[in-house]
Amino acid sequence: MLTTFVWRSFYQDSVVLMRLAATLRERPGVHDVAALMGTPANHDLLTQSGLATEEAATAGPEDLMLVLSADNAASSETALEAGRAFLSQRREAAAEAEAVQPRSLDAALALLPDANLATISVPGAYARFEAMRALQRGLHVFLFSDNVPLADELALKQEALERGLLMMGPDCGTAYLGGVGLGFYNRVPRGRVGCVAASGTGLQAVACHLATLGEGLSHAIGVGGRDLSAEVGGLMTLAALQALAQDAATEVIVLISKPPHPGVLPRLQATLAELRKPVVVCCLGTVPDAAAESGTWVATLEDAAAATFAALHGEAWTPRPFTDAAAVRECLAAVRSRVPSTGSAVVGLFTGGTLAHEARLLLQPHLGPVAFNPPPDAGGHRVLDLGDDTYTVGRAHPMIDPLVRTQALARALADPATAAVLLDVVLGVGAHDEPAAPVAAAVRAARARAGQAGLAPVVASVLGTEADPQGLATQTALLRDAGVEVLPTNAQAARFAAAIVHPTAAAALLGET
Amino acid sequence: MPTKPKAVQLPTTPLRVVNLGLELFADSLRAQEVPVVQVAWRPPAGGNQRLATLLGRMYGDRPPER
Repeated sequence: MLTTFVWRSFYQDSVVLMRLAATLRERPGVHDVAALMGTPANHDLLTQSGLATEEAATAGPEDLMLVLSADNAASSETALEAGRAFLSQRREAAAEAEAVQPRSLDAALALLPDANLATISVPGAYARFEAMRALQRGLHVFLFSDNVPLADELALKQEALERGLLMMGPDCGTAYLGGVGLGFYNRVPRGRVGCVAASGTGLQAVACHLATLGEGLSHAIGVGGRDLSAEVGGLMTLAALQALAQDAATEVIVLISKPPHPGVLPRLQATLAELRKPVVVCCLGTVPDAAAESGTWVATLEDAAAATFAALHGEAWTPRPFTDAAAVRECLAAVRSRVPSTGSAVVGLFTGGTLAHEARLLLQPHLGPVAFNPPPDAGGHRVLDLGDDTYTVGRAHPMIDPLVRTQALARALADPATAAVLLDVVLGVGAHDEPAAPVAAAVRAARARAGQAGLAPVVASVLGTEADPQGLATQTALLRDAGVEVLPTNAQAARFAAAIVHPTAAAALLGET
Repeated sequence: MPTKPKAVQLPTTPLRVVNLGLELFADSLRAQEVPVVQVAWRPPAGGNQRLATLLGRMYGDRPPER
């Protein structure tokens, strides 16, 4: 049964609402919860998820809708009451805070006249309006919002470049300026590596691997996933590369991206060749042109960090499949000695989009075709980016609310066709408090159910640092205690998964037969 | 390309930030000892997207009065 409550003229941001929904969903007897502002897009979401009600339909963009689907009236009423109590508290706190908070960028600038950066995460339709105003006031912009029209992105980047400003994003998840982390970020040291990144998790991975190697970041400039498209033409990527080339604190530059549009590639290579600083390029899925004098092109995020470290220390560098091949051989033997799983499919269940993409690229040479975000009933080798809009309809990103991944993991482990599960656990400021815990719990539960039949091995990597709020060692231990094989990086985890199911892959990667 | 790009100057002074949107970003900046002012942001034009866009174009860089 569905229960609805509408608060008139009460705005809450999407993170607060999604966290509320996630909390209420865990209550007994509750199946699903939507806590959304009544925008047209959110009404569509309600309809899609079967939570549309007559009362919710009366909510306008400034009204907050709470819709619960529960077993019975009692469950629904208790959960609704909890939701109401939470929102009442927010409303009081908000009224107090807003009495003193400025209501516009200009009012904020009166309070902080020498501000040099605007961080913007308003809904995408309003992003151009706010970001344009910030640029015109001379502020750099970090634009977290997604669903920003391409034409708006282009206009914003052109405006920024006319003013010599950074326009980071839209859909910029992570950046670092002068040691300050923006958006969702890992706590890494300040240092001498400058990054330009079209991918949030890609940047997080390189920053964390560099931290493990003892190196830190000068600046890391996010440009948004579409910057190297034909339409945007790499405007901000090229400008950011040039800015880092001029930056005294930056000794080596790293570019992290998906493959650039072929029309943009020559301009990118020309810029890279002119930087006069060592540059490492990780455009996942691009086969580098060895002859081009445009830096060191690498195939994985881990290699980007390793090649950067080598450049900083004047060392030669060659990629290798595992940091500790002997340990991996031992681990592989242990996995094989356990009850073998009957399945044949590798199933990748990722919260980080770039990590999913990277894993697929590494699996395919060993396993053959690997489907990406296939329909729910698909079998065979497959990789799911569970942060993709297809899976997050009306919910927080799985890095914040891991439920969608936990459910997918339980399904994959209950499926006799699964030979191995590959996954990521992403730590950092803004991520879930203990992202390894639900993975560990799901694996234990699946093992208990499987009993003597045995369980397909689960292979993971943890992206984070010891300084992150969740702690790298703590999260790694949670996974290992549950019997998850934890490899040092996503690339190594993907190769290990391939080696488990495919003797030829093991032979190629480890010299095993 | 209609623009004449100027070289981007990375910030040379410590960050001072205006945050519009998710408050958790303001919280995380404060935790890093960065001065930040949170804007009590509401959808402009009462959430009417079409009207907000039209107003944005009409006013150029000037915000519509709330």
